[in-house]
Amino acid sequence: MLSSAILVPAVLNGLMTGAVYALIALGLTLIYGVLHIINFAHGALLTAAMFAAFFAHKLFGLDPYIATIFLTPLFFLVGYGLQRFVIGPAAHGEDRNILLVTLGLAVVIENALLYAFRADTRTINLPYAFDIVEIGTAFLALPRVIAFIVVLAVALVLWLIMRWTDTGKAIRAVAKEKLGAELSGIDVAHIYAVTFGLGTACLAIAACLLIPTYYVNPHAGNAFVLVAFTVVVLGGMGSVAGALIGGLFVGVVESLSGLYLGESLGQIGIFAMFILVLLFRPSGLFGERV
Amino acid sequence: MRRLAPILVAMALLATVPLITSSNVVLNFLVMALLIALVGQGWNLLGGYGGQYSFGHAAFFGTGAYVTAILQMRYGINAWLGVCVGIAAGALVGAVIGALSFRSGLKGSYFALVTLAFAEVLRIIASVAPITGAGVGTLITLDLRPEAFQFQSRAPFYWIVLALVGLSLILIRMIEDSRFGAYLIAVRENEDAAQALGVNTTMVKLAAMTISAAITAAGGCFYAQYFLFIDAGIAYGPWISVEALLAPIIGGIGTVFGPLLGALVVKTLGELTKLVTGDAPGLDLVIYGGVLILVVAFAPRGIAGILADLRHRLLSPRTAVPASLERGHG
Repeated sequence: MLSSAILVPAVLNGLMTGAVYALIALGLTLIYGVLHIINFAHGALLTAAMFAAFFAHKLFGLDPYIATIFLTPLFFLVGYGLQRFVIGPAAHGEDRNILLVTLGLAVVIENALLYAFRADTRTINLPYAFDIVEIGTAFLALPRVIAFIVVLAVALVLWLIMRWTDTGKAIRAVAKEKLGAELSGIDVAHIYAVTFGLGTACLAIAACLLIPTYYVNPHAGNAFVLVAFTVVVLGGMGSVAGALIGGLFVGVVESLSGLYLGESLGQIGIFAMFILVLLFRPSGLFGERV
Repeated sequence: MRRLAPILVAMALLATVPLITSSNVVLNFLVMALLIALVGQGWNLLGGYGGQYSFGHAAFFGTGAYVTAILQMRYGINAWLGVCVGIAAGALVGAVIGALSFRSGLKGSYFALVTLAFAEVLRIIASVAPITGAGVGTLITLDLRPEAFQFQSRAPFYWIVLALVGLSLILIRMIEDSRFGAYLIAVRENEDAAQALGVNTTMVKLAAMTISAAITAAGGCFYAQYFLFIDAGIAYGPWISVEALLAPIIGGIGTVFGPLLGALVVKTLGELTKLVTGDAPGLDLVIYGGVLILVVAFAPRGIAGILADLRHRLLSPRTAVPASLERGHG
């Protein structure tokens, strides 16, 4: 039996990892909640954001946390443009087509990155990457603690946007009743693109939080997004609270199963959970719309 | 019989290629194109006719490939028998995944997601399990005898994969003309209405998925025999899931010849890219993904649709409306 001296740090570390999962899942669930599509390009966009954060540091010496200030609006625009000018027009409003277009985008982005940067794995060195924060008996890496706090802040900001701004109200209106929203003068195509932009902006923040402790290669985003799919399905497609709680939960499950079963089987644990939830409770544990 | 004639003519024409050229480059190119046509035909039955878009046909391809290779190398079973068992195993995996997901009522995005997840689970298992050779992969020992499903030249391989493609074309044509095919198309067009009319939609989708998986698994079995090496990334990797849907969508989704046309175009594009830019990794897939988006955006019925429009326009010059507009995007 493992003592609490091992268990507590494992749970705390799981929560820290889970926070980043939650942020990636937040973007995914936001897009699903409003557009009712699964964005299969989410992983490729995350990889692209990680490359952007990497090169911001490499070429301009930007600290990843400061790069957030530039990359978040940039990726908002990327997401906005993709939905407004590629996915929306190409899909002719058919769900099956949207699936294919986002898959096509994923293939294009991922392989363009592969072509441009080869399969090499890149990392950056930051002086504080190995600093430790002591919480009770647990020692936690500083970047992970920062990530945890930033994710909570982002979730709060997102909630405030959705709750109190006109755009947020329009987004919720479109999510609930698209036709009604259109009839009351809301530009649905614009709101769709804004939502897609917000979801993509979440990825830019996630990438900046990941890059201090993680590596980047053309497939780096995929592992996270498969976990994010699990989180979103678990928390209920379209549910923001579900994404947050689901993300933290999956982080802890992964950390604990990694502790007991080893790294590669821990991954299977997540997939097993994913498939079981999909099959037996596809609406998730908190199945509700944004 | 009249409906089968175009298939037989196409197959007869393609069968003469090795008599005209013995160039390994040409034959290798055509073998790969036909292999993708076969794998894509499997996807086409479920996705094109049934409207159930799978993003994880690698699950069936990989199972066929691994079962074929493992039976030979670990149990000394004859290769031809191994291929037959491989196809059956692929069909079984299709039936299991289909039964689980259709009984849970998964469709659309959710179905795509769950098939993708199953393929990924199989890939991870194959990359750690000892029986698949884990990270090293499985190598089939060189044994150039027809009894071992290995040949000195590429021509016999070419004829075998051509025969498999021919069989799949005939099978799909027969399904298209059958009651089952009508049910399947009804499910694609409006599942609730089909169910209301008394079609057992779950069983129809399940049958389609099983046959679909068997066809794609046949491609995997052939791949193992042709290249004599597989690993988890090849067998269960996302590349084959993407190519499986790319060929029918580009060629003409829900048409008999769509996957074959699409595979030839996709592979030609791939080779042209290599000619222009050298062997740069990734660039061919960038183009595939771009073509996928363009086809969905501008030619939802693929090459077959474009050809039908052209024929329509040539045969009746007075009607300026292309067939695609008359019939709507569907």
